[in-house]
Amino acid sequence: MNTLRQFSVLPGFGLSLGYTLVYLSLIVLVPISAIFIFTCQLSLSEYWQVVTSPRVMASYQLSFGTSFLAAAINAVFGVLLAWCLVRYSFPGKRIVDALIDLPFALPTAVAGIALTALYAQNGWLGQIIEGYFGIKVAFTPIGILIALVFIGLPFVVRTVQPVLEEIDTELEEAASSLGANRWQACRYVVLPVLLPAIMTGFALAFARAVGEYGSVIFIAGNIPMVSEITPLMIISKLEQYDYTGATAIASVMLIVSFILLLLINLLQSWTAKQTGRSA
Amino acid sequence: MSINVKNIHKRFDEFTALDDISLDFPSGELVALLGPSGCGKTTLLRIIAGLEQADLGDIILDGENASNTHVRDRQVGFVFQHYALFKHMTIFDNVAFGLRMKPKAQRPSESKIREKVFSLLQLVQLDWLADRFPAQLSGGQRQRIALARALAVEPRVLLLDEPFGALDAKVRKELRRWLRKLHDELHITSIFVTHDQEEALEVADRVVLMDHGKVEQVGTPEAVYNHPQTPFVYSFLGSVNVFHGRAEQEHLQVGNEQLRHHNDSYGHAQDVFAFARPHELKIVENNHHEGVSARISRVLSFGIETKVELDGLNGTHYEVHLSQQQRQDQPLHIGQEVKLVPSALALFPKEIETLRLSEQQG
Repeated sequence: MNTLRQFSVLPGFGLSLGYTLVYLSLIVLVPISAIFIFTCQLSLSEYWQVVTSPRVMASYQLSFGTSFLAAAINAVFGVLLAWCLVRYSFPGKRIVDALIDLPFALPTAVAGIALTALYAQNGWLGQIIEGYFGIKVAFTPIGILIALVFIGLPFVVRTVQPVLEEIDTELEEAASSLGANRWQACRYVVLPVLLPAIMTGFALAFARAVGEYGSVIFIAGNIPMVSEITPLMIISKLEQYDYTGATAIASVMLIVSFILLLLINLLQSWTAKQTGRSA
Repeated sequence: MSINVKNIHKRFDEFTALDDISLDFPSGELVALLGPSGCGKTTLLRIIAGLEQADLGDIILDGENASNTHVRDRQVGFVFQHYALFKHMTIFDNVAFGLRMKPKAQRPSESKIREKVFSLLQLVQLDWLADRFPAQLSGGQRQRIALARALAVEPRVLLLDEPFGALDAKVRKELRRWLRKLHDELHITSIFVTHDQEEALEVADRVVLMDHGKVEQVGTPEAVYNHPQTPFVYSFLGSVNVFHGRAEQEHLQVGNEQLRHHNDSYGHAQDVFAFARPHELKIVENNHHEGVSARISRVLSFGIETKVELDGLNGTHYEVHLSQQQRQDQPLHIGQEVKLVPSALALFPKEIETLRLSEQQG
């Protein structure tokens, strides 16, 4: 009865899956479950009190709100940057291309200090913006937004760039030979193809922004109820040796982030179905 | 609608793609632009479509100068070699695209669009695929959809860039016949680019032969095949044997050997190329008084003709086609030393050009 034997052209399934599971458990699963186990030391009402205290609530709003906005800004301008890098050739293109990865490479604290120095009341840019527009940037949510846009920049560019490179210019030529103008060609031919990549880049930038600490902490000013981000709330709990309180807030962040990423993934598979990629 | 191409020049950096091309495409004809790759045929097609700009010269569409008209306003249907279908749209949406992109005032209603799209899908015999996506179609089906999509906006001209180039031989042959039939129904002025001489000769009303950015010959398939005007056309269309030699009054001197020719205009020891088609060569005994020596290297006797391949003295190759009758009358075996005698020879003086004989087409 040979038919019962399983045959695969790719051997080593058991070994590689086992390795993957052990590795993932050690690196990701165990630390994350530790958060929930630690949190269980609190009773439900204590937990509720910690995670819904007004200062913490304000920090959720700030963290998720600015992260979402920053990811959205990066989605728009990341596509623009990727477009320029793929479609045009200009002197210094390689330098621009390398610059995009800098936010990845720079220690975030350095970035934070640099941004603060620039946007503070007496900084180069801060002076101009406050002088001409009367807008304070540093030590306000706007400052946080700028820091998050900065660190999230590479994600959208680097996810959209390879997809854009693969789009044949023939498609746009076909569109314009059928009478479509430039805007219609971009809107109906190029954008739908890019959308999944844009959403992936958006999700990555968002996830990074939610957890960001180093670059934000200097420019935020950390004024209670105004510019305290959630990671800061966790740190300040830790500094008071309130470990369970810190993990409680962390667990809320985890759950919300998880739900948001799940939603984005669902949206992505829905658009894939709409456009026939998974059909 | 007629198309006139006037003195078109196009350079890409140092490479001259088109060198002073002037052509007239009369209304309602199906014309093939034929030539080896890099001869400028696709560039010419793209310039006619408006996808590329000429450095110099004019494109006249229906008597109007369209040189500065944008592609989207030229009303040309363009079919790409690799289909260029929109992968994220269904077949229906692909075909409807051109209609939906029209400005609001000219855009037909959604029910009119539906009607139009289905009539086009019926025309290309693929209406049952309306809800599929391009990835689910075969190459031949995709190209037919691409054609339906181009026809949806009722173009004045249809331009096809190597439309069957990416398909396998059998489908290519089928689609070829189908395109000819479609053209006979629609009578829309069409130009298609190909490097396949058989395709051009079988499908087109007229063939434009191009090489190195220049037009070599224009004519009906019969005319260009039977009366090639340049060495390039002679060697590009069909198999051909070439002899390099010197023309004398009565004969052609090839090395130490002589071939008779019947051309009076060569009589002053001129260096020439002489061409003979495979069926215009006769295989004779080694001791015959005229002819070029060769040795038989292969005898292929399937089909209605027998193909004999021979090696010449200095690395040249010859091909002779024999009818089954001739084959039976003459015992041939591999390695046999024979002489070749042409029944007809076409001579071209050598100084015209340093002949760029393309690879002999099979």
